[in-house]
Amino acid sequence: MAVMADTDERQVVPHRRSRWSRTDTLRGWAFLAPALALVVFFFIVPVGLVVYMSATDWTLFGGFTAMNFPQNFVDIASDPMFAKSLEFTLKYTVLTTVILMPLAFFLALLVQEARQWNKFLRTAILLPSALGIASSSLLFYALYSPQVGPLNPILDSLGLMDAQQTILGTADGALWATVVLVVWRFTGYFMLLTLIGVQAIPGDIYEAANLDGAGRLRKLRSITLPMLKPTIAMTMILSVTGSLLAFDQFFILTKGGPNNETLTTVLLIYKYAFETKKDLGMAAALSVVVLLALVIINVLQLRALGVGRSEEK
Amino acid sequence: MANLLTKRVVYYLLTALIAITFILPLAWAVVNSIAPNSATSQSDGYGLGNYGALAVYGEGLTTYLSNSVILTFVAVAACLIAATMAGYAIARFTFAGKGLMFVLVLSILMVPYAALLIPLVVWMSELGLDNTLVGVGFVLALFQLPFGTFVMRNAFESIPSELEEAAKLDGCGTFATFMRVMVPSVKAPMVTVGLFVFLNAWNDFMVPLYLLGPQNAPLPLAMVNMRQQVMGVIDYGLTTAGVVVLAIPAVILFLALQKYYIKGLISGAVKG
Repeated sequence: MAVMADTDERQVVPHRRSRWSRTDTLRGWAFLAPALALVVFFFIVPVGLVVYMSATDWTLFGGFTAMNFPQNFVDIASDPMFAKSLEFTLKYTVLTTVILMPLAFFLALLVQEARQWNKFLRTAILLPSALGIASSSLLFYALYSPQVGPLNPILDSLGLMDAQQTILGTADGALWATVVLVVWRFTGYFMLLTLIGVQAIPGDIYEAANLDGAGRLRKLRSITLPMLKPTIAMTMILSVTGSLLAFDQFFILTKGGPNNETLTTVLLIYKYAFETKKDLGMAAALSVVVLLALVIINVLQLRALGVGRSEEK
Repeated sequence: MANLLTKRVVYYLLTALIAITFILPLAWAVVNSIAPNSATSQSDGYGLGNYGALAVYGEGLTTYLSNSVILTFVAVAACLIAATMAGYAIARFTFAGKGLMFVLVLSILMVPYAALLIPLVVWMSELGLDNTLVGVGFVLALFQLPFGTFVMRNAFESIPSELEEAAKLDGCGTFATFMRVMVPSVKAPMVTVGLFVFLNAWNDFMVPLYLLGPQNAPLPLAMVNMRQQVMGVIDYGLTTAGVVVLAIPAVILFLALQKYYIKGLISGAVKG
């Protein structure tokens, strides 16, 4: 061991990486112990186990029965339900992101000045963020209900809906109903992220633009938008990765219905494990697919973000 | 002048409309929860009938609420202890494996927890933690660990090391220095982390759905179970009452600690 016990007393290069003091190592790992325990027991082992389980026949009630790699993955690749869920998840992701981001951006610009009224507004828009997706979904489930909800009668009287249908009873209705709920729940959060970005732009740039006689739109296009690139990239990552993993809202509002028209991929994991197949091996294989897809997307997006940051300099 | 006035009027009308849109669903939930309810066949007038029915439904409201409180408490405590200690180690000590550990913690962000719940169903029972609030609290703590560690590391880095050296000269050991000198000076970031863990744990539905049975269900899961149990007739009065009970602590804490919520977002709360 090349560990020096008395590095403190030596005057030479105290920051040399190769010289760790033994006490620091002991102290360091002692302080890391609680985090390490959490990471090992609830992260590393489950990641390893999901990969292992994905290569097995593992039934919900029977446990492990046999290795069968790569059968689960072959089954998934040719599974029409998987294809359908993937298509729907992507559609839902595009839809929420396309609505959520411009709306949040517009609201951030609207309330950016520090006035008392604006502070109230921000709080009002942000308030749904305190609620969980599950409670928001339950709330909207009641709002959309034909019995107590005000929305069904309104849509009916406007002639926007078949009199025999309910909002969640049609594929399009269920999709849009969920998008509205998610936009309500997340707009404030995204608005605040955008606002933080807007307020980080130095004011003198705008002053210089004013001197040059630039109008509002011009300032938006030439200053605000380019300077906000990293923020916009980050909110987009959050919206895309969040929507790709949608579960609570569909589990509660639609259970994937009607006719599996609103089945997301993560909801399919649950169904395969506990409802339709009771097959944990298959559900684990699907989990591995989702996990790999998300890791790849995250890495690509982080790289894109990194590029955005260095461009800014 | 008239133009400016029109602009003002349009601005206030538009923004008032926006504020109302965001508040209205919550306000409606409150109204509907005290409205006369045909499903529970309570008396006709407005009143707390739905809350009364909720209090005695299933295992009883107090059971679900105390499940939620225990779960949230374990998650907040476990995450704060682990993140504060790890943040301190990473900010202050130089040792082998430190960088690897930090990367490992941050890599939790990459992996969606939806993908880890299937193995956790099996693994938690191996650990003897299946269907326990403490075990599920640890799982919820893990997913907030990257954010917590990141915030706490930054917090400790911004504290001048003279403070520690002074404590050492006064004869404090490493742990005493940490507890008596360092932790009190990072209270504000700890509140930020605590608030985020609280909101996530209090509101989480998916992890309890996979890992907890009906008796140990926290309130969000209990509300969903409840809705599914009643075949045919769905009791929306009960549902909205449950939503209000769930929302009250979260909204109060959120309004009181908004400042810390914004600080958390600035430090990069990457999980929604």
